[in-house]
Amino acid sequence: MNSATRVRWVVKPIIWAAALTPLAILIVRALRDDLTANPIELLTNWTGFTTLTLLMCTLAVTPIRRLSGWNSIIKVRRLIGLFAFFYAVLHFSVYVVLDWFFAWEFIVDDIKERPYITVGFTAFLLLLPLAFTSTRNSIRRLGKRWQQLHRLVYISAALGVLHFYWKVKADTREPLLFAGILLVLFVLRLVRRPAAARASPVTSLRPS
Amino acid sequence: MLIQKPADFRSSEITPESQYLNRREFLGAAAAGAIVPRLTGQAAQQEELTPYEDVTTYNNFYEFGTDKDDPAKNAHTLKPRPWSIAVEGHVSKPAVYNLEDFVKPYTLEDRVYRMRCVEGWSMVIPWRGFELRKLIERVQPTSNAKFVEFVTLHDPKQMPGQRWPVLDWPYVEGLRLDEAMHPLTLLVTGLYGKDLPNQNGAPLRLIVPWKYGFKSGKSIVKIRFVEKQPKTAWELAAPNEYGFYSNVNPQRDHPRWSQKTERRIGEFRRRQTQMFNGYADQVASLYSGMDLLKFY
Repeated sequence: MNSATRVRWVVKPIIWAAALTPLAILIVRALRDDLTANPIELLTNWTGFTTLTLLMCTLAVTPIRRLSGWNSIIKVRRLIGLFAFFYAVLHFSVYVVLDWFFAWEFIVDDIKERPYITVGFTAFLLLLPLAFTSTRNSIRRLGKRWQQLHRLVYISAALGVLHFYWKVKADTREPLLFAGILLVLFVLRLVRRPAAARASPVTSLRPS
Repeated sequence: MLIQKPADFRSSEITPESQYLNRREFLGAAAAGAIVPRLTGQAAQQEELTPYEDVTTYNNFYEFGTDKDDPAKNAHTLKPRPWSIAVEGHVSKPAVYNLEDFVKPYTLEDRVYRMRCVEGWSMVIPWRGFELRKLIERVQPTSNAKFVEFVTLHDPKQMPGQRWPVLDWPYVEGLRLDEAMHPLTLLVTGLYGKDLPNQNGAPLRLIVPWKYGFKSGKSIVKIRFVEKQPKTAWELAAPNEYGFYSNVNPQRDHPRWSQKTERRIGEFRRRQTQMFNGYADQVASLYSGMDLLKFY
């Protein structure tokens, strides 16, 4: 089995299964009426945590690629990124539909007045152009600008961590752990920029 | 397990266990036997009791971990018996009591109160206890006593969450003397007619229903009558977010989130938060003339 085949038929299915597991667990818990006394809080935290985790995974692809020399792994970055976006949409939907039930006045007030919601909403907005330009067509049409646009993922991830840090009441251990992971992922990018990675991103990103 | 031997009670004072099986009947029994504060401003909305399962599995009790399900999972290491309570400070009769002797002089009553957490959720809980003012009258504070301080147990062996300095341990709360003397303020030993589960602050806790829930200290070992306003746990953790008074106030937002609405556990739509958690008629006079945005 060559590398491309392995990615398509082994690695990607594994990613599908892993990325859908958090959702599957939620559905099972919902069916068993095991969503705690505050289901909306659980759903919000669960989807938010998964979004951040998948964003970290997306950002880990390039460092892993460089450190391991496993070039084909770049082919799964889009898949992981889109799953991160999927959970971000779920997280935002829980907020709008379940938490506030379309009470737009309160939602707008939250976005304007609560810094953690401002940065969270911004982090979400920044993912939208990334999701919409994830297609092969977009990569081709945007060329070099695609690479520049998709650097927004760094800002989105950082704002996502800040959103989490500003939200927790007192126990900042989890947000700080994410911050630490993000810092490591950023540092790994700065450390080495070999010539191969600076080559045209279009060819290396062509999805299988 | 009964708090006191049945012989110490007149049988008319014990609410029969069968009454707790039906929540509506419970409400009726509580109204008949005790002072149930009028649920002002909520007449149009249902005020159903929060199910026992929710009251005892969704808790903030950082001494046992900071997740909501941690206290129910971890509080089994707490040993609520034997338990001693020290009453000290500016009182004529300071003493150390064991729990049974501490509670003995008082008639326990059942009261249904709302509880509003500063995080923005709330419950309706049938507590069993006695008015704190009865204790205060008994121990006779001197004229130097301006505040009452409540200290929670500090023992990391029993409370493993105390190994993390997420708050300064022991957990300290406090009230102004007139707040402590208010008939709404309770010392509580039970809920839903049963002894307090460990995760709800066994064996003795404070309940101050017009303030955010964190004011209602749990697993109390010391009640101190002091001259100076005590530094309370959440005030120490974040003084710009949590103040000494912490009255439920929809007009004073937490710096990081709004206090205008709340999620009543068990309900889907949010509710408007009421000033003083709906107890304004009974307590607003304690704060007349006070700027409650400054004294939050």
